Amino acid sequence: MAAKAKAADYLLYDEATGSYKEDPEQRVRDDVEKHYWRHVWSMIVKDWRLYVMLIPMLLVFLFWRYFPMYELLGCFKVADNVLPVADQLFSGFSNFKQLLVGNTSMSTEFWRALRNTFILSFYGMCFGFPMPIVVALFFNEIRSNIARSVFQVITYLPKFMSTVVMTSLVVMLVQQGTLVSEMGIISKLLVSLKLITYETGNSGILHNPAFFRAVYVISGIWEGAGYDSIVYFAAIIAISPTSYEAAQIDGAGKMAQMKYVVLPSILSTVTIMLITRIGSLLNIGYEKVLLLYNADTFMTADVVSTFSNRYGLEGAAKGLASAAEMMNNVIGMLLVIGANTISRKASNTSLY
Amino acid sequence: MKRKTETSELIFRIISYTLLTIFAVSCLYPFVFAISAAISGAHEVDYNQIVLLPKSVQFDAFRNMFSNNMFWNAYTNTFFLTIFGTIWAMLYSILGAYALSKKRLLFRKALNFFLVFTMWFSAGIVPQYLNYLATKTVFNSVGIMDDKWLVVIAMGMQAMNIVLLRNAFEEVPSEIEEAAIVDGATEFQVLTTVYIPMSRSTIATVALFFAISRWNGYFWARQMISNGYEKPLQVFIRELLEQYQDPEFINGWNEVYSADSIIYALIVCSIVPILIIYPFIQKYFAKGVNEGGVKS
Repeated sequence: MAAKAKAADYLLYDEATGSYKEDPEQRVRDDVEKHYWRHVWSMIVKDWRLYVMLIPMLLVFLFWRYFPMYELLGCFKVADNVLPVADQLFSGFSNFKQLLVGNTSMSTEFWRALRNTFILSFYGMCFGFPMPIVVALFFNEIRSNIARSVFQVITYLPKFMSTVVMTSLVVMLVQQGTLVSEMGIISKLLVSLKLITYETGNSGILHNPAFFRAVYVISGIWEGAGYDSIVYFAAIIAISPTSYEAAQIDGAGKMAQMKYVVLPSILSTVTIMLITRIGSLLNIGYEKVLLLYNADTFMTADVVSTFSNRYGLEGAAKGLASAAEMMNNVIGMLLVIGANTISRKASNTSLY
Repeated sequence: MKRKTETSELIFRIISYTLLTIFAVSCLYPFVFAISAAISGAHEVDYNQIVLLPKSVQFDAFRNMFSNNMFWNAYTNTFFLTIFGTIWAMLYSILGAYALSKKRLLFRKALNFFLVFTMWFSAGIVPQYLNYLATKTVFNSVGIMDDKWLVVIAMGMQAMNIVLLRNAFEEVPSEIEEAAIVDGATEFQVLTTVYIPMSRSTIATVALFFAISRWNGYFWARQMISNGYEKPLQVFIRELLEQYQDPEFINGWNEVYSADSIIYALIVCSIVPILIIYPFIQKYFAKGVNEGGVKS
């Protein structure tokens, strides 16, 4: 038996004679292998329309998603504003060295940006992740369909506003006081609630590094808590009413039903969403930071993308800036792949 | 026993209603405030005397803005980018997603990876910028001088949307397709007469995703569009806001309405089209998110 298991798979064990003989299908397999490319070609010719349909999409992604990756080579080269990336001189890892261990203000800024990226998205996750779940649980409590639709329509709305509109509103509502105008109305509210001092409000919350993270996280919740609850709400309404009835017969109150019926049912959704969230920890929405920060708040607000934007697009240190983002994005990619692998192992659910 | 359950349920329901109401009000308030502030008098806006409803109503902020040609330019440009950007993106997305949804497509796995990899890894701002600059040169050399076309064609591709479409096409039962082929339909006819009608809701969702992201697009439009007359609305708003934060701008301001009002008026104008179509589209969004978000 052991010998049978070990025998090559193109041989079949013949019980009657006790010997091996060739698998008749093997010839076909050999044939396919020998003429593999001819076979591929004939398949493509037969279905050529299908492949033609693919072309525009492939070209678009090639030109504007993959060619930039080629430009990434610039991070190994001496930056030059005139020469294309292919003709620039190789400088090895000097850009990376300069960022990571260089004794310059730029290196300090890079480390600060990396730390801020982690901290901002970590806070965003800690406070922003549970909110949609809570909102979905609340939606579930509302029995009247009309009332629920109204709530849903209103709370999804901020998601459809552009980052520019959202940040402009934030800027206006917490603006500093000037000679001719008072501070913004939200600042005023916070002052009257004694959450911030008058001086802080008057000098502008957005000019105070201590408040940037709070502004970022709270505006993120305002923007996404309603819309992101869709997924959880779908999981909750999929729970069969009999589960609740069974729990009620067993004497479960509202909290007990929450704990033993609702939460277990949405746990898999929550896990998947959490893993996705961890995976995209470093892909911070730089547009929002870029529109909210200013020179006063670089200390807490500057993230890697905005750092690259400042040095690479507004400044001329293109090589250094792309090296910075390359590190950020490679770590980010490893997080996504890691998260996806864990999710596949843990719940048999792959995100991609 | 029964009674106890009812009380706890009632308390829970009251809490839900209260907190949701607070949340909904906080979602809506900034917009209502923006409208009120846009049509209130200068002193009232600058000294926070409006809380909800407008006071000493004036329409000069709106009138001033409507008489500004740059505003109408920006508005038209945004419509242009949204309409053509969505059409172009839907065109290659539907064709590509249809091909990818076919089991008989060779190298299907590799092609999917080609697409999905762009969700995992992006080259970053600087390489993307250099790439767009190079594209701009190429476009100019073939006679496309409008940067608007660069934004329409080269920006806004989203692998996730193509994955959504592909998943929807995979759900279409193959019997219908076979029937169409027996009737002599070509590949393209199968797509237009069977697949597109059968996945109408996903297609609507994806088109709306594209359209919204186009309408709201800011960063690359600002980087790549050099001609002031081609700037979209979002760039226009932001530039005005930056200009407004400049102290000199405030000193030269008039008395009828606050400088804030003109920003609020712009914000209101930029969200009105979304607010108009929003009630009709929001059910599609909910559906699209649930259908395609996670595929097991």
